[in-house]
Amino acid sequence: MILKTMWHNIRRSPYQAFTAVFIILQTFFVVSIFSFAVWGSAMIINYFESLPQVDVFFRNEAKQTEIDALKKQLEESGKTASIRFVSKEEALKIYREQNKDDPLLLELVTADILPSSFHISSVSINDLSSIADNLKKSLIVERVVFPKQVVSKLIEWTEVLRKVGIALVTFLVVDAILIMVIIVGIKISHKKEDIEIMRLIGATNWYIRWPFIFEGVLYGIVGAILGWGLALGALWYATPFLSTFLHEIPVFPIPPTFLFLVLGIEVLLAIVLGGISSFMAVIRYLK
Amino acid sequence: MTCMIKLDKVSKKYGTGVFALSEINFSVDKGEFVFLVGPTGSGKTTIFRLLIRDLLPSTGSITVADFDIVKLPHGKIPTLRKKIGFVFQDLKLLLDQTIFENIALSLEIAKVPKADIKKRVEEALEKVGIINHKDKFPIQLSGGELQRAAIARALVLSPDIVLADEPTGNLDLETSWEIVKLLESINEKGTTIIMATHNTEIVKNLSKRVIGLDKGRLVRDEPPSRKASGVK
Repeated sequence: MILKTMWHNIRRSPYQAFTAVFIILQTFFVVSIFSFAVWGSAMIINYFESLPQVDVFFRNEAKQTEIDALKKQLEESGKTASIRFVSKEEALKIYREQNKDDPLLLELVTADILPSSFHISSVSINDLSSIADNLKKSLIVERVVFPKQVVSKLIEWTEVLRKVGIALVTFLVVDAILIMVIIVGIKISHKKEDIEIMRLIGATNWYIRWPFIFEGVLYGIVGAILGWGLALGALWYATPFLSTFLHEIPVFPIPPTFLFLVLGIEVLLAIVLGGISSFMAVIRYLK
Repeated sequence: MTCMIKLDKVSKKYGTGVFALSEINFSVDKGEFVFLVGPTGSGKTTIFRLLIRDLLPSTGSITVADFDIVKLPHGKIPTLRKKIGFVFQDLKLLLDQTIFENIALSLEIAKVPKADIKKRVEEALEKVGIINHKDKFPIQLSGGELQRAAIARALVLSPDIVLADEPTGNLDLETSWEIVKLLESINEKGTTIIMATHNTEIVKNLSKRVIGLDKGRLVRDEPPSRKASGVK
């Protein structure tokens, strides 16, 4: 009976039902996108954290003999597993390979402006800091990049992303609750006469309230599933571009278990959100 | 005789200061048929609203089928209302539901098992003679048929008491008689009936107890008259 009345209420005001679902959809679309982004960031951070590698870029004036001496010194330290020298020409080759589809970028760059470099793998990830600190002291070294820096930068960005996400989602959730309260309130007002009749023939308060609460929960569930589906569609659409952009960083494919975990959590949240909104409305409008 | 309804020194004063009822005393026994008569605004509907606890009296006490209306906890009001069949003056049928659904609603509210609902609704519609209209919407029915639908809803839970507020109010004389005869046949099976009306023709022609109200005061309480013809 509750479900029948709920379905009846929805059919009687489809535009209000659509608005309610749409507002929930927006919220959960944003929640899904941020969940995927935070997952991606975590994967990128993991990738860099697992790389026991230091990249050393030499100054233009560095001579090959000085570079060789530095290589020898590093090998003797016993902390390095391998050292690969990348000359300016090789760097250009790599650059060309990476940007083969963009002739404009290829035209602008020559071997002169690309630095030669060392790609050093350490025996242990714990040695990266000391290797990097030693290299920074060398006069022929322009810049040292090692995962710790990348990782700390990424963690910083992920933190910003998380904070922006939480703020935006909080804003949208409050927005969704308020709009849902208004929509359910309007529906209650429209059914005022019917509610009065039901009361006069013996309906309890909860008999009248439950269909509205279930209605809110249903809007929540449908909105969450659609929002998640839309975000999944956007992710699918952007996957080729993102895969190229992230190159060898193994973010894709995102495992289905994670995607369904997000869906499950979102549906639970939606049930709470829809339930709370409609509960607030029935308490407010059905005294 | 078992007393079904008892009003003891009942007064109802509205917020505006107007007395809708003043010091009303009467009781109705089980199985009685009572006409509640009086001009518009005399307090007939107020009495009905008090009996289903839609209103509380300002003073006095009311007992309906062992329920003390004044002391009745809010949560027990639905239980009381399920024991009283009410035929509203404005019918109060849900316009977007079929006649069948309107009547089934009372049973659904009373948590009657789904399997029994169809049978009981059809029995009630059969009793009031509109079984052929069960799938129609209220807008598709005539005034008399709507009144019968409202009576069917009031009867479907087999209540001990039926309150009918001006059930013949907007009907022609012939249809009015059909409705009254229907209520009389229900009364013959033991249901207590109070029918509010200002149709003097019907009251005069039926040998029933008459309680008269005027400006919120009880002005007459006459036992069934032997002179009444009973059938029109």
